[in-house]
Amino acid sequence: MLTYVTRRLLYTILLLAIVSLTIFFIFDLIPVDPARLVCSKQCTPSLVEANRHRLGLDVSVFEQWWRFMVGLFAGRTFGEEGIAITCAAPALGYSFSRHECVTTIVSQAFPYTLSLALGAFVLWLSVGISLGVLSARKKGKFADRAASVFVLVGTSLPTFITGILVVLFIVLQFNLVSPLELGNWHNPVTEPLGWLQTFFFPCATLALAYAATYTRFTRSNVIETSSEDFIRTARAKGLSEKVILRKHTLRAALAPIVTIAGLDFAGLLGGAIITEGIFGLNGLGKLSIKAVTQTYDLPIIVATTLIASAFVLLMNLIVDIAYAFIDPRVRTS
Amino acid sequence: MSKFLEVTNLNVTFPTADGDVHASNEVSYSVGLGETLAIVGESGSGKSVSNLAVMGLHNVTRTKITGSAILNLSDGPVDLISASPETVRRLRGKEMSMIFQDPMSALHPFFSIGDQIAEAWHLYNKGSKSDGIKKAIEMLDLVGIPDASVRVHDFPHQFSGGMRQRAMIAMALVNNPSLLIADEPTTALDVTVQSQILKLLKDLQNEFNMAIILITHDLGVVAEVADRICVMYGGRIVEDASVEDIFYRPEHPYTLGLLNSVPRITSGLSHRLRAIPGQPPSLINLPSGCSFQPRCEYSSRVSSGACTESVPALNDKGSGHLSRCHLDIADLNDLVKDKA
Repeated sequence: MLTYVTRRLLYTILLLAIVSLTIFFIFDLIPVDPARLVCSKQCTPSLVEANRHRLGLDVSVFEQWWRFMVGLFAGRTFGEEGIAITCAAPALGYSFSRHECVTTIVSQAFPYTLSLALGAFVLWLSVGISLGVLSARKKGKFADRAASVFVLVGTSLPTFITGILVVLFIVLQFNLVSPLELGNWHNPVTEPLGWLQTFFFPCATLALAYAATYTRFTRSNVIETSSEDFIRTARAKGLSEKVILRKHTLRAALAPIVTIAGLDFAGLLGGAIITEGIFGLNGLGKLSIKAVTQTYDLPIIVATTLIASAFVLLMNLIVDIAYAFIDPRVRTS
Repeated sequence: MSKFLEVTNLNVTFPTADGDVHASNEVSYSVGLGETLAIVGESGSGKSVSNLAVMGLHNVTRTKITGSAILNLSDGPVDLISASPETVRRLRGKEMSMIFQDPMSALHPFFSIGDQIAEAWHLYNKGSKSDGIKKAIEMLDLVGIPDASVRVHDFPHQFSGGMRQRAMIAMALVNNPSLLIADEPTTALDVTVQSQILKLLKDLQNEFNMAIILITHDLGVVAEVADRICVMYGGRIVEDASVEDIFYRPEHPYTLGLLNSVPRITSGLSHRLRAIPGQPPSLINLPSGCSFQPRCEYSSRVSSGACTESVPALNDKGSGHLSRCHLDIADLNDLVKDKA
């Protein structure tokens, strides 16, 4: 087991290195020159060159990547002498549009994204799994039909429609949340109510589509598992239906959900662009979309892309390890 | 004297969009403690369906079951068909157990063998977790798993097919039930392992004085362990007799056909096996009269087309040998002699 985890960990680190290098190569190909962008109107070729040097873009892509990697662990200084700015480790670069270390910007945005992702995750898992199990048990009955209506609505309503409807009715019409309060940060530990006010509706909006998919997935998995031979064995043993469902059916039916839930959650940790945009949450999604569409702030784009892919890889690792605990067949092979 | 399990006029019907599937029709059989009853028949003859009904393992909402299955327990008889599902559940695993054809898929892949056996034990016994595992080791030892105290923590995928079936048997017998229904327990195993499992079942029966119902399509298996045989065809029992009678004095043309399709060591190399012509009947539209009649080579011998008109009764044609055929036994014996 320990060798399995070590092997997977090393593999993940290697993959992260490759992914980050790839990101650097891709962004080198983009026809946007940051050195020119930060230049004022009276831009001269020599100024551009000076900027390029200051931004560390005057070396090869590989060298840029290497400096980034070193900066991650040791911190990094941008520019020289009087105008030098030092970003402490883990340095993710220096934003030339905001004149700030990217790490600082990202760490301000991340709590929003984490709150949104975690809240939505908890909501969609609890709603999706319980509805899925309910409709599998009541297959063909009223509860199942009602759940399938929910699935249909949830999967066919895009987030930007639900989000706008929520803002329109819940915020503007019924004033359940004051429009002025929308998107304000509250510490979930010290001000849980304030945090809920900011994040409940965005989380619910984001969770709706996921909950619908998970309902359908759970329902079909539970139905499929219920017809397995080992469930018949459990029944032949004399176990009650409650124990069979809770212990035998759910254990096997929910195992695959761990995989997709982990990956869906990881995807959201990179930022939920639409939901963050609608509810004015200054998370990673809003940060990266602004950097992409308005400021062409390459260091921010690199950092957010890298963070998103790091979360996916990390969650993959966690899911694989969790799976080894859930399914003994994975452990021994 | 009443036997431990007495099944009388059991009907199992599955309503479907295409019509009712009559999987089991007026099935009656009984088995006493220490006795082995074999139920033989081809796929879809109703042998598993009848016994799943006895165990109460059919989905009640999608199955119609009538008739009775009396379990004569020490504290009085219980009719498994009319009793509440909860009553039947509390008898499962304790008074009656069942093992299945494919031991790989019949064991939960996520739980260790020991946990699965202990779970069955804890259901009817008070004891700590380690007591359960101790019991599991004892049972695995009993069914012949080497190093039981180590292997008890293994998972099903770490066991071979034969070992898994042994583990299934250990699990089924952990509460010392009086009835064991074995649904094709050796079908998924190779031949050498088959005979080991059969011997194990026989030994355990001698030790615990269980009633065993052995469901199989393999006449070789039957000859080895059974005391009595029910031959099923098209959801009906067509012949019910002792092993000797079935093998040496079959009275139903279907039984005869089955025996002819099995190689015999005495018949020599030149003898070709004779298959029964035709297909098993559809259980939605059973043929009128005798369900075997369309495939029966003797039906023309019966006068006035009785075979197509009425279902023959299961008659006792001599000392406990029951057969469901319009043909005179004397005639059948003559015909068999002619062929031989």
